[in-house]
Amino acid sequence: MSLSVALFYAFAAFTVISAAGVAFSRNIVYSAFALLGTLFGVAALYVFLGADFVAGAQFLIYIGGVLVLILFAVMLTHRIADGAVSNRAAGGPAALVAVGLVAAVLGRALFKARWPVVDVLADGPTTHAIGDGFLGRYVLPFELASFVLLAVLVGAIVVSRKELRS
Amino acid sequence: MLDQYIGVVITFALGAVIVLGMVSGSMIFGARSTSRRAVKDEVFECGNPSSGPARGRFSVHFYLVAILFIVFDVEVVFMYPWAIVFRQLGVPGLIEMLTFVAILGFGLAYVWRRGALAWD
Amino acid sequence: MLADRDSSLGPMKDLVLYLTDVAGPLRFAPYELVAMVAMLLFGAVVVFGFVLPVAGITSWLERRVWARIQSRVGPNRVGPQGFLQWLADGLKNLMKEDIIPSAADPWLFALAPYLVVIGFVATFAVVPFGDVLVIADLDIGILYITAVTGLVVVGVLMAGWASNNKWSLLGGIRSAAQIVSYEIPAGLSIFPVVLLTGTLSMQEIIRAQGWAPWHWFLFHDPFTFAAFFVFFVAALAEGNRTPFDLPEAESELVAGFCTEYSGMRYLLFFLAEWGNLYVIGAIVTTLFLGGWQVPPVTEHPVALAVFQLATFFAKAYFFVFVAMWVRATLPRVRVDQLMILCWKYMVPIALVNVVGTAIWMVVVPTSLGRVVAIAMTIGGAALVVIFFRRVRFHLRRARLGPADYYYSPFI
Repeated sequence: MSLSVALFYAFAAFTVISAAGVAFSRNIVYSAFALLGTLFGVAALYVFLGADFVAGAQFLIYIGGVLVLILFAVMLTHRIADGAVSNRAAGGPAALVAVGLVAAVLGRALFKARWPVVDVLADGPTTHAIGDGFLGRYVLPFELASFVLLAVLVGAIVVSRKELRS
Repeated sequence: MLDQYIGVVITFALGAVIVLGMVSGSMIFGARSTSRRAVKDEVFECGNPSSGPARGRFSVHFYLVAILFIVFDVEVVFMYPWAIVFRQLGVPGLIEMLTFVAILGFGLAYVWRRGALAWD
Repeated sequence: MLADRDSSLGPMKDLVLYLTDVAGPLRFAPYELVAMVAMLLFGAVVVFGFVLPVAGITSWLERRVWARIQSRVGPNRVGPQGFLQWLADGLKNLMKEDIIPSAADPWLFALAPYLVVIGFVATFAVVPFGDVLVIADLDIGILYITAVTGLVVVGVLMAGWASNNKWSLLGGIRSAAQIVSYEIPAGLSIFPVVLLTGTLSMQEIIRAQGWAPWHWFLFHDPFTFAAFFVFFVAALAEGNRTPFDLPEAESELVAGFCTEYSGMRYLLFFLAEWGNLYVIGAIVTTLFLGGWQVPPVTEHPVALAVFQLATFFAKAYFFVFVAMWVRATLPRVRVDQLMILCWKYMVPIALVNVVGTAIWMVVVPTSLGRVVAIAMTIGGAALVVIFFRRVRFHLRRARLGPADYYYSPFI
């Protein structure tokens, strides 16, 4: 087994174990910190796919931003000082159905999709192709993304308005 | 391209080695006291007995700052590919990006007007 | 991962190809293994031979520089001029008891220094020391540096939470909010340079500049000039440096997120802080000051590498000195001023810089751009001259005698 394959399985295992930690931890703060491992592992898997820009963006936005936001949110929670605060397990059968449906969709995508296999990765930055796509073929979704971000800003103000006034 | 990332993995590992080496060195060579553990283990509050829970709630402002950060961070990441191909795109690329930045600038102005950037 | 032998492996490529050649001394060894070992050795030399000593020596030099600025002496007993003070401090902390408070969360408490130190050391993977002296010249170099800073934020929050102390938690949250806020103006200030070069690779950005100041991006146009200052101030704030060291405001928060830390673990946080000063200098040098570019005086590869290394180090360390100078001079800002400065001043200015540079590139022809660059270089030189004239003027007006001040740095 070559080194790169070994590294791939190491990162994949790390991602899955961290994700299990997020799901099964009794303490919501532990769950939030375990997300760090999952997000990091996913960024590493992007690197293995040759998508270095996406890996960098994943690291910057998810670890540097979303994870910090989640941690802030967790630490703002009521009763957080009690220690073992976590979501109660409720609605077992319904959850089972939901998980089954998601697994079915994912499995279908896994086996139906045509995965292009390339022998040698293209040399040179991958960012050029993304930039051409953003400002060429996908320019409308790109501009719409700014409206989504604007909506997030307005929503954040509305949600925290009451607290800000007092 | 990918073999460059071996260097990154190694650097991460070396960072961990620094901490591991220094902390275990301190465990081996460091002083070990058996007496008065209880005093040392106390929460440090300048010598006073600790009062109240340590993990109180804090201002919602911090949460708002984190949301602001994510919105602008996503904008920054969206702008990187644009910045890289800008030389080839010229004026059309400039106009497309100005639209994008203008919408975000409007968002910043809105947040500013609503007083969310004030900190009291 | 290493299947393609022709893909670049940074400085190691030629050496590894020679070693594993059909006639090379290590022809029996697999290419991957040799490449791995070579990179490991080079990385270890950089981290243990450069990062740790620089962080330590900076801690000693900083105290000496403050002392000179404030008419004190500073540490001067251990070794010549106190030069070995950093080793003595390290040894002292090694001998300290390793305390994990009983109220703290032991796992997270122990894990937090790892995240902070890894987040800081990892940036050195792409810091270029010379044309061939870099561990990994990633295509996304500058994005990678801004991204791994995220580990520091998470580590600081983890330290604050795990300590189970009011000041630790408040310091950790303040610190995280400050770092993420100032990441926006810092990130936006990278764009003028990326627009001009069309790449994120640190080496390519340096290669797009020249050794002469009028080829630096600092003097390219007024917007890059402004972006340089925005970036440096934002980077100081990201590094928790005065005047933005609120997370460690000792009169309010004792020691911020590291209140409960002691001994070696405490030292590790400060190792990252001092070492981070050099990282700030290195990024500023790369983006705006031509990096390791040197005048063409030698062709010899080793001499050239040494010359480049010295140039890069001198430029980067100049900014470490400026950060010390700022810390010895300016008082701390308040938390409201901190946030207002970031969101109401620096973010709009940084956005204007991005848009301005883009418009400049479309509108201004090359010949005019060259004239502007030379004019801005002359203007920059004039600013330096005016600065020294002001200093001399004030020294004269203060009517100090020779006994009141002396220029020797040593006591």
